[in-house]
Amino acid sequence: MAGLTLASPSAERRGYSPLRETWRRYRRHKPAVVSAVLLLLLIAAVVIGPFVWRVSISDIDVLAGMQGPSLAHPFGTDDLGQDLLARMIYGGRISLAVGLAAMLVSVFVGTLIGALAGMSRGALGYVLMWLTDLFLSLPQLPLLLMLIYLFRDGLKAVFGPEGGIFILIVLVIGGLRWMPVARLVRAQFLSLREKEFVEAARALGASPVRQVVRHILPNALGPVIIAGTIDVAAAIIAESTLSFLGLGFPPDTPTWGRILYDAKDFLDIGPHWALFPGGAIFIAVVAINFIGDGLRDALDARKVI
Amino acid sequence: MALLDIKGLKTHFTTDAGVLQAVDGVDISINRGETLCVVGESGCGKTVTAMSILKLIAMPPGKIVEGEIIFEGRDLVPLSSHQLDDIRAKEIGFIFQEPMTSLNPVLTIGEQIAESLRRHEAVTKKQALERTIDMLKLVQIPNAAGRVHHYPHQFSGGMRQRVMIAMALACRPKLVIADEPTTALDVTIQAQILDLLQDMKERFGMAVMLITHAMGVVAETAQRVVVMYAGKVVEEAPVDELFGNPGHPYTKGLIRSIPRIDLDAEHKTRLEAIGGSVPILINPPPGCRFAPRCKYAMSICTEKEPRLREIAPGHRMACHLGDAS
Amino acid sequence: MSQYILRRLMIAIPSLLGISLVLFVVLALAPGDPFSELATNPNVPPEVQAALRAKFGLDDPIYLRYLHWLAAMAQGDWGFSFVSRVDVDTLILQRLPTTLYVVGSSQLLALLIAIPVGVYAATRPYSIFDQLANTFAFIGFSLPTFFTGILFILVFSVKLDWLPFVYTEVPGSGIKWAIEMIRQAIMPVMVLGLFQAASMTRFVRSAMLDVIRLDYVTTARAKGLGQAKVIVKHVMRNAMIPVVTLIALQMPAVFGGAIVTEQIFRIPGIGSLLISSILANDTPVVMAVTFVFACLVVLFNLIADVLYGWLDPRISFR
Repeated sequence: MAGLTLASPSAERRGYSPLRETWRRYRRHKPAVVSAVLLLLLIAAVVIGPFVWRVSISDIDVLAGMQGPSLAHPFGTDDLGQDLLARMIYGGRISLAVGLAAMLVSVFVGTLIGALAGMSRGALGYVLMWLTDLFLSLPQLPLLLMLIYLFRDGLKAVFGPEGGIFILIVLVIGGLRWMPVARLVRAQFLSLREKEFVEAARALGASPVRQVVRHILPNALGPVIIAGTIDVAAAIIAESTLSFLGLGFPPDTPTWGRILYDAKDFLDIGPHWALFPGGAIFIAVVAINFIGDGLRDALDARKVI
Repeated sequence: MALLDIKGLKTHFTTDAGVLQAVDGVDISINRGETLCVVGESGCGKTVTAMSILKLIAMPPGKIVEGEIIFEGRDLVPLSSHQLDDIRAKEIGFIFQEPMTSLNPVLTIGEQIAESLRRHEAVTKKQALERTIDMLKLVQIPNAAGRVHHYPHQFSGGMRQRVMIAMALACRPKLVIADEPTTALDVTIQAQILDLLQDMKERFGMAVMLITHAMGVVAETAQRVVVMYAGKVVEEAPVDELFGNPGHPYTKGLIRSIPRIDLDAEHKTRLEAIGGSVPILINPPPGCRFAPRCKYAMSICTEKEPRLREIAPGHRMACHLGDAS
Repeated sequence: MSQYILRRLMIAIPSLLGISLVLFVVLALAPGDPFSELATNPNVPPEVQAALRAKFGLDDPIYLRYLHWLAAMAQGDWGFSFVSRVDVDTLILQRLPTTLYVVGSSQLLALLIAIPVGVYAATRPYSIFDQLANTFAFIGFSLPTFFTGILFILVFSVKLDWLPFVYTEVPGSGIKWAIEMIRQAIMPVMVLGLFQAASMTRFVRSAMLDVIRLDYVTTARAKGLGQAKVIVKHVMRNAMIPVVTLIALQMPAVFGGAIVTEQIFRIPGIGSLLISSILANDTPVVMAVTFVFACLVVLFNLIADVLYGWLDPRISFR
């Protein structure tokens, strides 16, 4: 349609603020709104849960093993009679914490590399982008498994079994997922570098660091937030996958993936054991992905590859 | 009887902000073998009018809400897209504005011309290829037999527009609609393409509906001119009458905006521009749509919409100026 | 065209070298001596241990060690599995066909679902079909493969008892054998294929929507070709170009999914080999399998590049 120009009426409305506008657009994405509520409930459950549901995660009662959901055990019990609800609340804390921490690592690394690649006009930029493409074509899971395999014992010795694995998993997952953020940040740099307001800042003598922090990064924020949201979901899946393969957290740390790993050989007699943790992972991941989708609509950013 | 008779056409678009009345009650008719220019600024609805004829607008959000489009005695508006397929390219050919983006990049130009022939005429693959090469020769593409197997990116903009013309004319349509066919091209190429179009028109005896915003192009090619503004026809006249005796203040403005190189330095006047821009056509105010930009606007202009009326034989305009009634 | 393929090959080699370097650096950075486990491993004869240490030249400077390792890998000398007591390359070659069979079938299934669904949804944007397809695709790629695998086993093996949930090496040949091979592959292929189909459907749909509003599609419609022909010949042909790239970018995730699926259904492929080797501390096999996965990703990227050049005439002529 040649020349059918539409002025955005919302931009002229009084009391306009970017945050409110974002929220207005986010609200229109119904699944994203439902997901946000769901995720908040999930977070509340794992944070407050242990204070309300005061059952030990490791009390063994073999006689009460493999029971389906009941009043005493709302999510049933496992083969050793341990209460699944308590174990899932505990595991949920770890799964969500891993997701968030790994996202922070990937956003940090991605922003750093993307900013460096975007600022440098020379060989450094090329090398960094080549590295980014190289990392994108690395087979992530095998590499993840290999890294865990090689470094597990060393970190365990320094930080203890749970802390060591936590740090390792967060660093490795985060370290293997920074590429989309790096690409986005670099793309923002390239498109904004020559824009008037950055030129103006440069002309006014702003230092390069100041230009980046004050003028360029805020503009890259939208796409990075979206990529970061999706990273949380990807990290939760990655952690669960590792635990499910028996190579993540140690057996006495019941993350959702680990519970699923323990349950997978008892599907015929105790399907509830697998369904609850699997369902929890699914709900968390689908909710986070929907939130990412809603944010994409709201922040009107380009697609993340 | 006119070849094509558009009566009271209204094409509206549903947008987030409201209903956009892109074309709002347009009457245009074209006779056989005639060249009609539709002229107006960007966004005045001329492209939407043309696209509505063959329902090439996106529907939804676009919709023909009212009017008739009578082609050879048959109303096209009630026809489905599927029914229109027999008329597209066969009876009415289309040349688009952007030769760079209007050709499919992954198919050879020969394939793109031949598929039209094979759709509408009982020809074999070989015959279609031969006729395609003939068409390419007609539009003066050098080494047509070789270039027929080339892809669009191997052609320049002007050459691509020649390909587009060959494509539009392949099935010998009775009417060719050319939507700003030269706008995207270099000035030197523009004249060549217009000449070619004129040439083809004489050879095949088809009618041409040429959409443009350039008054210079109008003066060179048109027999009759329709001036559109903000989704409506504001003036219609034979080309000499329009340039010699323009009635509507908007038409006068358009004519004054043409650079004149034929005048002596002493007689030169400042090139005039029309202030303001085409209004947004969502809930337009009542009255004449040009009134906010018109230096002759009277109080009636913002109250009552002027109707098209005949001011001389074959010359109609929609303006309250000099309206006795 | 052949020149284009050759150029792509030249680009693939540095990325393979890069990947091998990353793997080697990781191995070298690992705390302690990766072979120290061997000392306590009764399965490893001391002479093998000594040979390995010598081959890896553990006391050489790091770049020399890398070059040695690379040379050995390039010559097909991939080391010796401590656990299985066979050469690593023999072990991998035994297992690789199974992995390729499962991954290939699931990719095929994914394409057979994603292309028609994505195309049809894009021609009717925001229709009920489109919204359903979108929702299923969204749920599909949010469902981790290990959970879908378990759900499938629960439904089709435990409850309905239709399909076997353990993949076994079926001896023999003939129709019965073929049927059994297909039957036991159904669930793993479905799990992996549906997961892939979910994201592919989204790629196809959005690529179709990007193309469908372009000028040359209007040109095609103005020729009276009819909806089906316009969609297939003009829109799909062009939409497939970005889809190929996106699918290639997904390959690392596909192989990740393959590892999980092989583990769930106990398929004797290289994915389950990787897991069992890690659990058994079989370093040469772990390294080699990881490298094979990397090679497969590079190979599929190469195939995607060739497809890309074939689909887009602008590339091959450049």
